[in-house]
Amino acid sequence: MEATIEVAGLHKRFGSTVALDGMSFVVQPGKVTGFVGPNGAGKSTTMRVILGLDTPDQGTALVDGQPYAKLRRPLSHIGALLDAGALQPGRSARNHLLWLAHSQGMTVQRVDEVIEQAGLGTAARRKAGGYSLGMRQRLGIAAAMLGDPPILMLDEPFNGLDPEGIVWARAFLRSLAAQGRAVLVSSHLMSELQDTADHLVVTGRGRVIADTSVAELIAAASGDRVTLRTRERSQAMTVLAQAGGTVATTDRDTLSVGGLPAERVVTLLTEAGVPFAEVSAHRASLEEAYMEMTRDAVEFRAQPVQEATP
Amino acid sequence: MTTIAPYRAPQQAGQDGFWQLAHAEWTKFRTVRGWLIAAIFAMVLIDGLGLALVDAGGGVGGGCRASCAAAVPTGPSGEAVLDSFYYVRQPLSADGSLTVRVTSLTGEYQPQGGYVGPHTPSGLASKLVPWAKAGIVIQQSSKPGSAYAAMMVTGQHGVRMQYDYTGDIAGLPGQVSAASPRWLRLTRSGDTIIGYDSADGRHWIKVSSVQLPGLPKTVLAGMFATSPLYFQGNFPSYAQSGGGTSPSRATGVFDNVSLLGGRPGGAWTGEFVGSSERMDSMPGIGFHQAGGRFTITGTGDIAPIVGGGTNTNFVTGTIADHLVAVIFGLLVLAVIGAMFITTEYRRGMIRVTLTASPRRGRMLAAKAVVIGLVCFVLGLPTAALAVIAGSAISRSRGIYILPVSWLTQVQVIVGVAALLAVAAVLAMAVGTILRRSVVAVATVIVMFLVPYVLGDTSVLGSPALSEWMFRVTPVAAFAIQQSVPAYAQVAGQYGPPEYFALAPWAGLAVLCAYAAVALALATYLLRRRDA
Repeated sequence: MEATIEVAGLHKRFGSTVALDGMSFVVQPGKVTGFVGPNGAGKSTTMRVILGLDTPDQGTALVDGQPYAKLRRPLSHIGALLDAGALQPGRSARNHLLWLAHSQGMTVQRVDEVIEQAGLGTAARRKAGGYSLGMRQRLGIAAAMLGDPPILMLDEPFNGLDPEGIVWARAFLRSLAAQGRAVLVSSHLMSELQDTADHLVVTGRGRVIADTSVAELIAAASGDRVTLRTRERSQAMTVLAQAGGTVATTDRDTLSVGGLPAERVVTLLTEAGVPFAEVSAHRASLEEAYMEMTRDAVEFRAQPVQEATP
Repeated sequence: MTTIAPYRAPQQAGQDGFWQLAHAEWTKFRTVRGWLIAAIFAMVLIDGLGLALVDAGGGVGGGCRASCAAAVPTGPSGEAVLDSFYYVRQPLSADGSLTVRVTSLTGEYQPQGGYVGPHTPSGLASKLVPWAKAGIVIQQSSKPGSAYAAMMVTGQHGVRMQYDYTGDIAGLPGQVSAASPRWLRLTRSGDTIIGYDSADGRHWIKVSSVQLPGLPKTVLAGMFATSPLYFQGNFPSYAQSGGGTSPSRATGVFDNVSLLGGRPGGAWTGEFVGSSERMDSMPGIGFHQAGGRFTITGTGDIAPIVGGGTNTNFVTGTIADHLVAVIFGLLVLAVIGAMFITTEYRRGMIRVTLTASPRRGRMLAAKAVVIGLVCFVLGLPTAALAVIAGSAISRSRGIYILPVSWLTQVQVIVGVAALLAVAAVLAMAVGTILRRSVVAVATVIVMFLVPYVLGDTSVLGSPALSEWMFRVTPVAAFAIQQSVPAYAQVAGQYGPPEYFALAPWAGLAVLCAYAAVALALATYLLRRRDA
C-alpha cells in the first residue's frame, strides 16, 4: 500500500477555542504538499495529532494506514520536524541524533549519513544550544531523515534559514518527492512554497478550504476576470451586464469583469462607444490566490472594505 | 504529470523494544555532561563528607577506649555482647534442675554531679534500674559470650526468661519483695533448657523452652546479679548530661536453693565475670552466704551491646556511621532525576521523544530504569567505601564498631544504593507529573529534606513525632542503614541515625511504594495529556 498520511474529520477544542473543525486530507506520495493557512488555522495541531502527540476529540489520523501509536519503529515510517528548538542545549547535535537512532535500534553509521545529508558536517559535534535557528532546522531535517522514511512532515522548515539554506531546503524537499516520498510541508507564507509544492492543502479555521494542485489554484483564483479602467463606469457596466458578464466595481474608475474574455470586452465597449483606458486579463499570484481564499478564514484582520455587485 | 513510484526504503534492521528505549534514554543521560558530573559529585559528597566525619559513634568514653573495645565478647550469633555479672555457681555435669526463691532485689547507682537525693555511705544513690537482674543461669562455659539460658527477676519488667543475649520472654509480672517472692527454676535435658516461674513454689508455670545447640555435658549452673548502666532517659536530659549513663549495682537475695543432678555436696563459688574495670568502678560487688540464704551484688549486664553507646562505657559505632552524608547525595540525585524529564518538557523535546516512542508508558519505564540503574551503579561502590573504609577509620580512632554479619553489610551497602536509585526514580516521576523544572525540583527537595530534618528529635522536640517522619514519608527508606537491632530488654537511645521506626526493608518498601504510586500517576497523566 502507498505510504500516505490520511486525516479524516479531525475535531479538537482547547477550552473554548476550536482548533480543528473537520480537518480532512490525504497526502500523496511523490509530491511536495504544501500545508498552508494563516496562523491559528490548525496546521500544527493537525501535525501533532498525526504524530499521536495530541488526541483529537473526533476523527482519525493515519500514517501508512495505521494510527501513529501502532507503528513499529515509527521513525522509519514518518520523519517529522515540529520544532527545531526541541532539543537539550547541552547535548551535541550528533548525540541528539544518536539517542534517536538508538531508540529505533539504528546504527551510528546512519547518524553520520544524515549529518552529511543535512549539511551539518563538523558542526554536529558542537553543542546544539549554540546553533543558529537555521542550523537547528538542518538538525531537525537530519532527525526526520534518520529512519529513511517514505513520509516526511515538516512544520515551517524554512523559518530561520538563510537564502542559501532556503535554496538547499527547496531542492532537498523536491528531491525527496522525486524519490517517491510523500512530503508535507507547512507554512504560513505561500511565497515560500510557490516553487516547492506540487499540491496544496489550504486551511483556515481548523478545516480544509482547498485541496488542489498549485496550477489549479492559480487558475481558479485568476478566474477569467478582466480588469477594466474607464471613466464611464455605469455605461460600461450596463453594456457588459447585458452581454452576460458579471461586473464588480473595484475602484472609482476600475471594474472587474467576469464571464467575458478580454477580446469580447474590447469588442463590446468599442461597438457601444464606451471609452476605456485599459483592458487586461487578471493573473493571480499564488499569494493572491491564497489571500483570496483565506480571507474569510483569517481570524484577525482589518475591517474589510466591500462593495456589492449591483 | 509523471507518476512517481512511492518510495520504499531499503530493508532496515533494528527494533524499537524496551531495550532500545532504555539505550536511547541512557544515551540521553550520558550525553549531557552536567548530569553525569552532578551524579558523580553526589557520590563524592556522600563519601567525602561521610568519611571526614570525626565524631562518629557514641558512648561515654573516658579512660576506657581501645582497651575495653579490644575485649568485647560476641554472642553465639556474632553480635557484640556484655557478659558481665556476679556469679555464684557450680558445675552441672548431667541433666538436672536448679530452683531458687528470690525475695528481694534492690539497687543503687553512682549519681552524676549535683545529685542531692538519698545515698549510701559510699556515695551511691538508691535506685533499682529498670533492667537490673537477679536470677539463675545455666551457662555453656565461663568464657565470655558463651551460650546460656536464665530465669531472672528484673527491676521493672517482672520475671523474664532470657537466653543467648538477645532472647527475652516475659514471665510473671510485678516486682519482687519479701511479701511477694518469686520462685525460679531452670531444667536442663540435653540441649534443651526450660524455664519456669512460680509465686509460691507449688504452682509452676512454664515460661519457655530454649535450645542451646552443642551444650557440653558439663555446664555451669548458679545464681547471678547484675545491673546495667543507668540510662537516664532520652532527650533532652541525655544530651544535656553529656552522656547520661551511670554505673549501677543490684543486690538479689536468694533462698530455697536446690540443685538437682549436680555433684552431691558441691560447694558454691563466687566470681565476678567480665571486665574487671566494671567491678572496680562499683563498691560492694560480691556475695555472702548465711545458712541457705545467698545475698549477691553485681554490676554489668548480660545483654547485647546497642548502638549509641548507652549500655557501654566505651565508644561504640556502627558500620553505617559514615553514611551520614547520604541525604546530601540523595538530594543531588533527586534533582537530576526530576530534571531528566522536566528539561524535555521545557524545550518541547518530550514531543521528539514521544514521536520516537509513541508507547508512552514504556518510554517512562525505560527512563525510570536508566536513572535508577545509573544511581544504583554509582551508589554501590560509594556506599561500600563509606561502610568499609568508614569502619576502618572509626576503628583506627578507637571506636568499637558493632560487629554485623556479612549479610547485614550487604543489606546496608546494597540498600543505600537502592535508596538512592528509588529516590531518583520517585523524583523523575514527580518531574513527569509536574512538568516544570523549578516546581518539580522544589517539590522533591522538600519531600526528602523536610521529613529528614524533622526526623531529628532535637528539631521537633518530640521523639514520637520525629519517629513518624521515618515511618510514613519517603525518608523511611533510611531505615535500610540500620545495621544493629534494637532490643526492648536493653535501655537505649533508639533513634536515627542508628535506629529507625521501621525494619530496614520495610522502610525501603515505603519509598518504593511512593515511587510506584508516583510512577503510576505519571504514566496515567503522560498517556492522557496532550504532549
